[in-house]
Amino acid sequence: MSTPKTLFAVALVLSFGGLAFAQSQSPNLGKPITESDVKTWDIAILPDGTNLPAGSGSSAQGAKVYAERCMVCHAEGGKGGIMPGAGPLVGGAPLTNGIDTAKTIANYYAYATTVFDYIRRAMPYNAPRSLADDDVYALTAYILSLNKLIGENDVMDAKTLPQVKMPNRDNFILPYPDRI
Amino acid sequence: MNKSQRRGRTPSLDHVAGNGLINRRALLGRGIAVAGAMTTGAAGTMTGAAAEPLKDEKWSLEFGSITPAVQTASPYEKHAVRSLSNPNGEFRNSHARTPHHLLGGTITPNGLHFSINHCGVPNIDPAQHKLVIHGMVRQPLEFTLEALSRYPLVTRMAFVECAGNSAPMFSREPLQVTAQDIHGLVSCSEWAGVRLSTLLDEAGIDPKAKWLVAEGADAQMLDRSVPVKKAYDDAFIAIYQNGERLMPGNGYPMRLLLPGYQGNMNVKFLRRLKAVDQPAMTFFETKNYSQILPGGKTWRFHFLMEVKSFITQPSFGHHLKEPGFYTISGVAYSGTGRIAKVMVSADGGKSWGEAALQGPIHPQAFTRFQMPWRWDGQPAVLQSRAWDEAGNAQPLRAEFVAQRGEAKQPVTTPLAFPNQHYNSITSWGIDSKGEIKHVYA
Repeated sequence: MSTPKTLFAVALVLSFGGLAFAQSQSPNLGKPITESDVKTWDIAILPDGTNLPAGSGSSAQGAKVYAERCMVCHAEGGKGGIMPGAGPLVGGAPLTNGIDTAKTIANYYAYATTVFDYIRRAMPYNAPRSLADDDVYALTAYILSLNKLIGENDVMDAKTLPQVKMPNRDNFILPYPDRI
Repeated sequence: MNKSQRRGRTPSLDHVAGNGLINRRALLGRGIAVAGAMTTGAAGTMTGAAAEPLKDEKWSLEFGSITPAVQTASPYEKHAVRSLSNPNGEFRNSHARTPHHLLGGTITPNGLHFSINHCGVPNIDPAQHKLVIHGMVRQPLEFTLEALSRYPLVTRMAFVECAGNSAPMFSREPLQVTAQDIHGLVSCSEWAGVRLSTLLDEAGIDPKAKWLVAEGADAQMLDRSVPVKKAYDDAFIAIYQNGERLMPGNGYPMRLLLPGYQGNMNVKFLRRLKAVDQPAMTFFETKNYSQILPGGKTWRFHFLMEVKSFITQPSFGHHLKEPGFYTISGVAYSGTGRIAKVMVSADGGKSWGEAALQGPIHPQAFTRFQMPWRWDGQPAVLQSRAWDEAGNAQPLRAEFVAQRGEAKQPVTTPLAFPNQHYNSITSWGIDSKGEIKHVYA
């Protein structure tokens, strides 16, 4: 028997051209899993520090890892210029020159978590995901310290890293907030 | 007064703008015949030619090659290939650009679709590839390609454009390269895939989740934050490209397709979507795909590739062999929706005529425009300017660079990316010998 309510539901489904399904009619061909199944893949760090792993590292420890794993492309002291694409990790001109200014960690990045996240997912370029989390914290501390964004002896971990104040954080504009 | 004018053409075939632009209606039905007659009359191409008797060519007199399993382009089209940023295979990123100046229509052949890979093209076994949806959902789910292939598929045209496409035009001097090298980081295909909203509904996404972190299975697990709003608007997970499985460089076996949004967000080799309450501020949205403005402020989350057009024929690298009739042709597209109008100028923007648009006109897809033109052998500057259905106009270059910036030093290579989202007008300057240069006008 058709009630107005079911008729409405049918009309709704038809109006989406048969591609929108009520939950019960959806193909449901995904295999249910748990968050612990995704643990190895679940590496995205949010700027408030959500999902940062356990562990910690200092600039001094980072300098050692850097010499072994990073310097071959990024040069001594993060100066860059050895491998194309492996740009400088230190310094950066003021952004007042607009598009003529090279974007760097120090002059541009809004969140220090981005540094940690990218090293962990993509570096070293020839062996991604091969660094221990402690090493990633240490490298992040080393790079932030080279840029004087943290003190020489500051230790980076899940608590301290999101608190690093990046100088360019407040210079971003949302031109189209309606797209979010 | 030339011969064709003396013949008393109908008013609809009159020139509509300076330097020989003809009313677009000349391209329709009877009009094209008249226009053709004009060519003969005006340029006299046939009159002096000593006609040779036709003969059978050798390919008509011998058995051809056996039909292959997969056909490739004619050996006479070997030049119609992508241009490479890393031709020697160095250990770094590699780009390949679509040869727009050698193509027609609105579909980019799969082998010629542009491709950018930051750490090589992964060799993915589709039987082992998995897509996971998790985070702020009621039930995390894992999908195989086989499972997605059983869903009803949405099939649609869509361009994909790198946000850095056309970036050499931020140069204060026009770079002398082809439309391929300037604009080759946009392509258009018919994609088929599973609506993302269907899968998010099955996982039961939390209404508080505003973003999806989309991540690929490549060697840097390239990831971007995508608004849930876009996911429910028109996003899908593409598994076919122009009827066949995705090309390896375009995301095989599955990619995110966000019609009209910057290419980098259309995450290839898609393996994971995590629903979260804030953008992840990933490397690519932090650095490359945000735009410094003059003065130092930066636009973040621009996303949409704005209305744009460029002339593909004739363009840099071509040569007009004689005065007479030509069809100016190009592509127009907008991340906002459908193309509404394209105007063409042959006198560097002093006067404009409306081009003919080839339908059907799809939203967020290439629309081919054409403009009949009779070149009188004098210098000309060809330009196109597009409008989309929302009324957005492709900006003039002066106003565009005033807002978005212009590099202080001339850009000397198409591999430079001084900024993003360039969508202003391209000008091709033709000299009296028929040679074509890239100019600013």
